[in-house]
Amino acid sequence: MSTNEWPLWEVFVRAKSGLDHKHCGSLHAPDSAMAVQMAREVYTRRQEGVSIWVVKSEHIVASDPGEKGQLFDPADDKVYRHPTFYKLPASVDHM
Amino acid sequence: MKLSNTNTQRYLLRIADAALILSQRNSEWCGHGPILEEDLAQANMALDLLGQARALLTHAGAADGLDEDQLAMLRLEHQFLNPVLFELPHAVDGRRPGDFAFTVVRNFLTAAWFNLLWTKLQGSSDTELAAIAEKSLKEARYHLQHSADWCVRLGDGTADSQARMQAALERAWPYLGELFEGDEVDAAAEAQKLGPSWASLQAEWRALVEPVLAQATLKLPKDRPNAHRGRHGAHSEHLGHLLSDLQYLQRAYPGGTW
Repeated sequence: MSTNEWPLWEVFVRAKSGLDHKHCGSLHAPDSAMAVQMAREVYTRRQEGVSIWVVKSEHIVASDPGEKGQLFDPADDKVYRHPTFYKLPASVDHM
Repeated sequence: MKLSNTNTQRYLLRIADAALILSQRNSEWCGHGPILEEDLAQANMALDLLGQARALLTHAGAADGLDEDQLAMLRLEHQFLNPVLFELPHAVDGRRPGDFAFTVVRNFLTAAWFNLLWTKLQGSSDTELAAIAEKSLKEARYHLQHSADWCVRLGDGTADSQARMQAALERAWPYLGELFEGDEVDAAAEAQKLGPSWASLQAEWRALVEPVLAQATLKLPKDRPNAHRGRHGAHSEHLGHLLSDLQYLQRAYPGGTW
């Protein structure tokens, strides 16, 4: 395999019964059309999907793993944000 | 192996063998593709062709009580009826994995041909053949899209890639005549509404490939009269080598199964 400097693309596939596209991996491709074509070859060859999205990895803005503590830990002790302290009518008891 | 060699059987075997032999050729890229994704793509498409060949071989052999494996693995070289174009190695010198430009060019030219053939065969008086055609057409449409895409990218690419594509086109072109030649087998197929005479596909084929080749900035080579007779069992020196790969296991271990 040759090395290349093609940009990286993230691939999202929607399964036949699924409503949402799920991230399933990434690949290198020279442009969007070929990225879709390659995604078809690599990620849907075993009937995994009926629809493909690709997006350049560089266009995904991610949270900084280093800020994980300050971003997400504060939610740990805010149990009152879950609506678990209400008494629900029996008919919606399994919410 | 004794074959009844009826016109119908020969018509079916010509198409089956075209698919089988190209499948075997293209599978040579497995593990050697220029990039991982294209490696998978070639293997996927080779498997599509193999599936088409299996269905057609099963159908063609039924009259003689022969199954797909017997036809694929035990026929002799002169009993294969594919046009010569399908058996050519990817590289001029036969070295593997070969010249990717030739792979792209041949896949494109033959995918266009398969598209027309399958489209017409959907209306075959033979309902099984019509069903095979319907399934195969979807695969062939993708093969055409995939190979046309590479044709344009590499043809209208760098000076180096364009020169390689043009050389590959020049190499493939003299073998194309065989794909558009009518004979008694075609005439019989046409008369029984089994399928089109191959000769009738040429105009539509040109209309399909020429715009793509133009977009790929490739020049059409000069047409020459056809000098190849693979459809009659007269092959190039390359088919025997290919078959020795394909048939090795059944020859060494007759009747061997997984």
